[in-house]
Amino acid sequence: MSKLIISLSPHVHGGDSVSRNMYGVCIALVPALLASLWFFGLGAAIVLVTSVVACVFFEWAITKFLLKRDASTVLDGSAILTGLLLGFNLPSNLPVWIIIIGALVAIGIGKMTFGGLGQNPFNPALVGRVFLLISFPVQMTSWPVPGNLTSYLDATTAATPLSLVAQGRLDELPSATSLLLGSTGGSLGEVSAICLLIGCAFLLWRRIITWHIPVSILATVFVLSGLLYLANPLTYVNPVTALLTGGLMLGACFMATDYVTSPMTHGGQVIYGICIGLLTVVIRCWGAYPEGMSFAILIMNAFTPLINTYCKPKRFGEKPGKEAKK
Amino acid sequence: MKTFRKGGVHPAENKLTAGSPIRQAALPKQAVFSLFQHIGAPAVPVVKKGDVVKVGTLLAEAGGFVSAPVHSSVSGKVNKIDAVIDASGTRRQAIIVDVEGDEWEPAIDRTDNLVTLDRHPELDAKAIVEKIKNAGIVGMGGATFPCHVKLSPPPGCKAECVIINAVECEPYLTADHRLLLEHPDEVLVGVSLIMKAVGVSHGYIGIENNKPDAIALMKERAATYKDIEVVPLKVKYPQGGEKQLVAAITGREVPAPPAIPINVGAVVQNVGTAFAIYQAVMKNRPLIDRIITVTGKSVSQPGNLQARLGTPFSQLIDECGGLPEDTGKIIGGGPMMGKALLTLDVPMTKGSSGLLIMNKAEAKRTAPQPCIRCAKCVSACPMGLEPYLLATLSAHAQWEDVERLDVTSCIECGSCQFTCPSHRPLLDNVRLGKTTVMGIIRARNQKK
Repeated sequence: MSKLIISLSPHVHGGDSVSRNMYGVCIALVPALLASLWFFGLGAAIVLVTSVVACVFFEWAITKFLLKRDASTVLDGSAILTGLLLGFNLPSNLPVWIIIIGALVAIGIGKMTFGGLGQNPFNPALVGRVFLLISFPVQMTSWPVPGNLTSYLDATTAATPLSLVAQGRLDELPSATSLLLGSTGGSLGEVSAICLLIGCAFLLWRRIITWHIPVSILATVFVLSGLLYLANPLTYVNPVTALLTGGLMLGACFMATDYVTSPMTHGGQVIYGICIGLLTVVIRCWGAYPEGMSFAILIMNAFTPLINTYCKPKRFGEKPGKEAKK
Repeated sequence: MKTFRKGGVHPAENKLTAGSPIRQAALPKQAVFSLFQHIGAPAVPVVKKGDVVKVGTLLAEAGGFVSAPVHSSVSGKVNKIDAVIDASGTRRQAIIVDVEGDEWEPAIDRTDNLVTLDRHPELDAKAIVEKIKNAGIVGMGGATFPCHVKLSPPPGCKAECVIINAVECEPYLTADHRLLLEHPDEVLVGVSLIMKAVGVSHGYIGIENNKPDAIALMKERAATYKDIEVVPLKVKYPQGGEKQLVAAITGREVPAPPAIPINVGAVVQNVGTAFAIYQAVMKNRPLIDRIITVTGKSVSQPGNLQARLGTPFSQLIDECGGLPEDTGKIIGGGPMMGKALLTLDVPMTKGSSGLLIMNKAEAKRTAPQPCIRCAKCVSACPMGLEPYLLATLSAHAQWEDVERLDVTSCIECGSCQFTCPSHRPLLDNVRLGKTTVMGIIRARNQKK
């Protein structure tokens, strides 16, 4: 008889894998990706390809030459996903060299500095995005008008719905339908709320994420902007528009739900989601930037370890009020 | 349909042998009776080399209250008392009997006649427990906790219901399923005996709904017994865990250790135990054999065998078509909680519910990747623990934190590791933490 393998139980595995989850999110991004190609054409294609290729390249190069580790996990899907999400958060007329810098910051500083997959405290794509936003404020806030399928750097630009809001031009806002479909200016992947929601439904169906984070973010934004709208409809947008504009959908469904940087318990995830919603509305209404989603998520990423320390799952058999009795 | 609320997973069921009737295994040439077939003090031999024994002869008596006697399952001559490798993988004392013929103790009723409780009105609770104790019955689901201890509630606890565990949530295993189909009435009498022993008026039999034939049959037969209710349960692992089963059926959650099901009024017994209790009390037959599922995707004739205790596993596999060429791992028990065996020269014991042969491809673990903090282990944990954190802290020997985070509540079901997309050895590490912390707690209590 040949040698037997000895190991401890369990002896079977459910078959889930890191790649299945990462590629699952990539698949969920496909509807929004198609929408971006539909609205922004060539520009969107160039930005996305550059971003994905650059992210994968930097991950491979850093793993192989700086960390001197086995670089075979570079295609586990996480770098591709970071690349896609970074691209989704950029305007479609951004020059290639700026995108490459963004990818380097996202992968290099956002992820590999901390030790690679699973170690980063902040969402790498958002680190890259916010770095670019601060370093290249002009290029990062000129938004091509949807429909110019063959233009790239030469695209005509216009204000996004949220910058209209920031300038108080509420009456010029596009209709809820065009916000839902995405025929408005903005980062190339964030415009079509409906495509992002389809992707989110896919994530929920495949059990890649749970409802806790997206629902608590969206509900908080809806309620809070609803209250503000009721208080003063002339200054504040109505809550439906608030949900459909800017990076809210993309952030709530795909960025805030990033495994590595979000809390580990459902209770913690709800707190995290509520705080992100709160910060987003605060930044949108009273901050220097028209959009606050990226900052809100990054700020709450910093609080994730704290939330994990205090939000514990309810133990089996634990009676409510047990602590008080002691 | 009822189930427990917190956590759980659904592994591929792979019940290959659900349709295979129970077959009688051949007598071994030599039977090996471990003195460590139960949790608690080892049994103490009462025979010596050269003694002639029959089927049912007492070989070793209980070594304390939490202990159980061992009876011979064969007739023949005691060859020696020596240390052998058993299913735990360690070398421990056992009584080895050379088999000659098949002569039974005369007191044992070997007929198939059903004896119901009405026929023995003289049996009171004390008499039933005494018979169970003397028959060496232990928890046959695999935990092997001496049965009579569970039937003697500690002071301050009152039993309110008996729950029979016929869940069989481990993939591959079908021994309990076949037992229900082929001996429903014996099981039901066993249940009424347990109910009488602990003085309760209500009994439940929990069966997962992947066994609709067993549910239908038991429902039909249970109608003639008073206050025994068959409860179909939604398929979810680890529903066969005592605490999960109590929660699924009664909705009550057993508090953290050292609390046990009796603290919420439940007495839980495995269906195999109920059958053994019937045989012990009504047929004077001590625990000498059990049903074991011998299975695996590469096994040519997998099946459910009724085999004498002490039969070597190698013989059971031979009866099921022999060990496949591509065997990579042999597991005593099911794939979720069973133990990988070092060798096949291991005797079957009271707790052997299954023998699973995995081929080389199935047996290999995938290399672990870094934790991506997906929290799937937290969602899967039926005890509400944080496996990722316990595993990391255990790996770094942070025992105080591991204890503070309730590692002792872990039931080692393996749901966390099963579900981990990064294939991390979570339970390996949590188990290390749990064992170490339990040792620390014991040492601390001794100092006091």
